[in-house]
Amino acid sequence: MKKNLRYPIYYISVGLCCLVLCLTAGLLAGFQYVVPTFIKQLLPFTALRPLHTLFALSWIFMGSIGSILWYIQNDTRYRYQSFSIIKLQFWLFLLTGLAITVCYVLRKFEGKEYLEFPHLFYFPILLGWLLLAIYYFRAMWTSFASWPAYYWMWGTGMVFMIFHFTEAHMWILSYFKQDYIQNLTMQWKAGGAYVGAWNMLVYGCSMYVMEKTSGSGAYSRSKTAFFFYFLSLVNAMFNWAHHVYPVPNAEWIRYAAYLISMTEWIILIRMIYLWKTNLPTAVKKKYRIAYKVMMLSDLWIFLNLVLALLISIPAINLFTHGTHITVAHSMGTTIGINTLILLSSVAYLQESLKMYSAKDRHLILVLLKVFNISFLGFWLVLIVMGIEKSKWLYFTQNVLFSDFQDSMKYFHIGFACFGIGLLAGLGGIAFRMLKHNWDILKDSTENE
Amino acid sequence: MHKIYGGILLVLIACFALYNTHIYSDKTLFGKVRLSEQAQHGEQLWLRNNCNACHQLYGLGGYLGPDLTNVVATKSPEIIKIFLVSGVRSMPVFSFSEQEKDQLVQFLKEVNETGYYPNKEATIKNTGWVDLHYKK
Repeated sequence: MKKNLRYPIYYISVGLCCLVLCLTAGLLAGFQYVVPTFIKQLLPFTALRPLHTLFALSWIFMGSIGSILWYIQNDTRYRYQSFSIIKLQFWLFLLTGLAITVCYVLRKFEGKEYLEFPHLFYFPILLGWLLLAIYYFRAMWTSFASWPAYYWMWGTGMVFMIFHFTEAHMWILSYFKQDYIQNLTMQWKAGGAYVGAWNMLVYGCSMYVMEKTSGSGAYSRSKTAFFFYFLSLVNAMFNWAHHVYPVPNAEWIRYAAYLISMTEWIILIRMIYLWKTNLPTAVKKKYRIAYKVMMLSDLWIFLNLVLALLISIPAINLFTHGTHITVAHSMGTTIGINTLILLSSVAYLQESLKMYSAKDRHLILVLLKVFNISFLGFWLVLIVMGIEKSKWLYFTQNVLFSDFQDSMKYFHIGFACFGIGLLAGLGGIAFRMLKHNWDILKDSTENE
Repeated sequence: MHKIYGGILLVLIACFALYNTHIYSDKTLFGKVRLSEQAQHGEQLWLRNNCNACHQLYGLGGYLGPDLTNVVATKSPEIIKIFLVSGVRSMPVFSFSEQEKDQLVQFLKEVNETGYYPNKEATIKNTGWVDLHYKK
């Protein structure tokens, strides 16, 4: 293996570690719903929640960057580009991530939700994305005229990540600071579009894996693929306002989002549907784990499609906003869709380099079942909790929040139990994949 | 074909730039409330202690604690100040000074002036649209 090909494996390994840490922090936070004083002095919920989201985002970023770099490095046209910029980017992200983790543990916060770290960290993170974009466009620009849709998706994702990450910090400027409603609207505009940007990276990986395992490059260059690329780009740009439907801002912002949101979720289900129907049995056997995991994401795309469409209707959103139904939607997309696509991408990469042993393959498929059953329970409990909260918000009077929380005790227990199943299933898969990465790196060192 | 795709991309970017300019400017309606200096200090304290991890404003934030958009409409400043340092249930024990408590309460007072959450007086239309009930 070329030395350049090792760095993508490092990215993915760090990403898999972040996935395990994300699940652990989420589980500990879940326990605090059941036992409010649980490790309250050591790691209160105010620290556990940002740690959970930091590790979730780090998994998605490191997993997708590692996959993309491996895919383009593996293409002989781009293999011999200088890789020092990527090494710098890797260490910049790793060290910044570690520093932010320390800040959260020590409860040093400055930023808004999901970006709670001190403002200073804006600069290394921005620099990291800039370095990645420079490397990507420098390596790929010469072949622009023949780019398949997934190269467009990765390039757009990187540029939008830089833009929206900056936009998410604009509230610091005194011009925006005074107007709380504009400030809140812009925070969620940036946050929503930020998700759209990383979806471009992740969905690009899914299209790549589909194409390579099917052995046909026709789809990613077809007009249909580009139609869906532009449709998802329109959604990334203009479909974020369902996050702030109850916030009293200008109506036209919400009108635009309502119209565009109805188109969103047909995108990926069509891609996977086309792939599933065309894939020959021999390919399914060769990339068995990649195929199984990708097909599982199909189920979650369907479930989240229904949920996303419903909560994008303002009349329904009025009752679901601010409840656990929103959490079900975000968990459904980050775990059910993004994580499964990335795990499928990692499995494809690993199965291309070194086949899993029959024992490992069997174990991963069992763990996948554990994950799926637990996640279905977890997702359904969140929806029921959301319905109960909505009933409390809109249809009850004089019931204190603390009394309402007490009445939800058994749901919280169920939620935490399914969380244990999630950690066992996904954590187990992550450990097997980390071990496989280790074996691949070891083999490559021995062969040199 | 890529030239056409490039053209579509440029058109979309132009629309996006126009759209953003409107949202960033004060031409768009965001209400008339502007946070006072004291409320801005309060917001800073809100962020530095990551209150958003458990509490919500306009239903945005964590779900371990209650939404505080209109808390000042139902609870007096004195009660809110007691809650701030109570360390009740999973809430960390904060040690805010009197001045900091005043700043946080002022922030919550001014957030309350911006609107309602939950918006119980909102009107639901047959089209699925919702007309929000705004504060005058």
